[in-house]
Amino acid sequence: MMTKLSLGPITYHWDEDQRRDFYARIADESPIDEVYLGEVICSKRSAFQHAQLPEIIERLERGGKTVILSSLAEVMLKRERKATSDLAELNSPEIEINNAAGLLARGHRPHRIGPFMNAYNEATIGFMATKGATHVCLPAELPGDAVAVAAKAARDLGLGVEVQVFGRASLAVSARCYHARAHGRTKDNCQFVCEEDPDGLPLTTQDGQPILRVNGIQTQSNSYLTLLPEIKALVAAGVSHMRLMPQRVDMVAVAREYRAVLDGTRSPQAAEEALGLLCQGTSFSNGFYYGKAGYRRIAQAARA
Amino acid sequence: MSLAELICPAGTPAALRTAVDAGADAVYCGFQDATNARNFPGLNFTPEELEASVAYAHARGAKVLLALNTYPPAGKVDLWRQAADKGAQFGVDAFIVADMGVAEYIARTYPHIRLHLSVQAAASSPEAIRYYCENFGVKRVVLPRILTIPEIREIRKEIPCEIETFIFGNHGLMVEGRCSLTNYLTGQSTNLDGVCSPASDVEYIRHSDGSMSSKLGGFTIDSFGPEEKAGYPTICKGRYTVPHRTDGYYAFEEPISLNLARLLPDLIDAGVHAFKIEGRQRSKSYVRSVVSSFRNAVDDIRAGRTADIANLVALTEGQKQTQGAFATKKWR
Repeated sequence: MMTKLSLGPITYHWDEDQRRDFYARIADESPIDEVYLGEVICSKRSAFQHAQLPEIIERLERGGKTVILSSLAEVMLKRERKATSDLAELNSPEIEINNAAGLLARGHRPHRIGPFMNAYNEATIGFMATKGATHVCLPAELPGDAVAVAAKAARDLGLGVEVQVFGRASLAVSARCYHARAHGRTKDNCQFVCEEDPDGLPLTTQDGQPILRVNGIQTQSNSYLTLLPEIKALVAAGVSHMRLMPQRVDMVAVAREYRAVLDGTRSPQAAEEALGLLCQGTSFSNGFYYGKAGYRRIAQAARA
Repeated sequence: MSLAELICPAGTPAALRTAVDAGADAVYCGFQDATNARNFPGLNFTPEELEASVAYAHARGAKVLLALNTYPPAGKVDLWRQAADKGAQFGVDAFIVADMGVAEYIARTYPHIRLHLSVQAAASSPEAIRYYCENFGVKRVVLPRILTIPEIREIRKEIPCEIETFIFGNHGLMVEGRCSLTNYLTGQSTNLDGVCSPASDVEYIRHSDGSMSSKLGGFTIDSFGPEEKAGYPTICKGRYTVPHRTDGYYAFEEPISLNLARLLPDLIDAGVHAFKIEGRQRSKSYVRSVVSSFRNAVDDIRAGRTADIANLVALTEGQKQTQGAFATKKWR
């Protein structure tokens, strides 16, 4: 089976026009097969997305893309609980669940397991499969040797297996909004200040080293996690879906590079060079895959 | 009124005996490996030590809760299963778990032993908690430190299990079990290895002007003037800059301790069954003074007397303290 290219949900607070334009290009021009939609990070932002969803779903499906709706990672407040149980009632499109509250509501009906669900091992994936999981996105920090074991177990159970191969890694979520905090506000009176940072708010150490990105309640890697030479091994291990996370770069061009590497029409090295030009000013990392510090970029020579 | 059990940290067999002698209703501890979230050098129990410690605690009416609250990476699940097997053999009173695969194994293999849901499972809604109760027979949930007391009271009404809350010690503010900050800077994972800001990756650099930087994995987490006391470089307690704030500020939280001493009566009234004191990495003397102080306070409250709160407030030894999310939504 051909390995699929997927696009994860937008984690940032892009405005309506930005989202419409973004998905129009994805629908018309990109080699992406499956697109995850929906607000995953902040329930305060959900209202903006919600009204626009039918239009975007229609546009993407017309472009031949499979659409999946993703649920919130953090579920605590009434509105978050309701959004989660409402989503769990949908028969179509497919849904991806990111919190155990969603698993309760979904029961045994089919669903995908999102990257926030901590599906780190074959025992957990096996249990999830008995509850109706059809597909699992592995956590970004899982090292390559464990990815291979998890992917094989999932494929043996008939599940799809997904790994993030591009974009900032989610490193933490919190009940507190750090975007609001950076502006002397709290979550309740944030005034959606996160909208000012469509690729996250850069945190820098006091001696000038970029370190992390703040995105509302989420903390992300400063670097873009980028797996390209590793793709061959991922495919061999049984990973069926390669996930790209939306960043503020030309994502259609990024997707083309990955598709070309998957198709064997471009070398990983050439694709890495092309990505370097597309993502100028941002560092790349693959440390998690090698069991090293996540921010590191392990060079080709050191991989052998 | 709930029983208000006091759940105390035991990083070593000596700390366990100290906590039991100081009046702990239960102690929690782990093995010397990645199966628990305080996998620090010099801490935790060998199988022989755990066996002897369970006997010591049980002889004095205290329970032992075994933390198996990390997430096994694929291919290494057996280490967690073997840890559960040993715990069952030694007669621990409950397992504290986070991973569904580990929970499923214990529920199936040792259905007579209680399962507690670790804070590392990040179950912060009645629905999430019920998911673990229904699937694994969880008897108690350790709530994330992100809920207000009215919210805890509401959750209590909607779940079939007991509630345990942290009342004292480290103030974790990221959703536990969903944090890979340490892995990003050091290559050691909180979820998979039980490690947070490991000492092996810490450096303190003294500069020529007398100032000091504290670093983790080569990244400067905080800087201190010549007169300032340098703190431990925990990523979420560091000072960083953003484009509109070029002075270093605490982007996540100040280095601050959680102390809910003043809220104890309210927490009991809200239906909290058990109070957890954080600090398996702490000294025996710390464990002795914190446990005995909270023991007295809880006994006073249960007997309808006014508790000596001042004593508890003094325990943080000059460190700043907070009631975190428990007192007000404004914390968020």
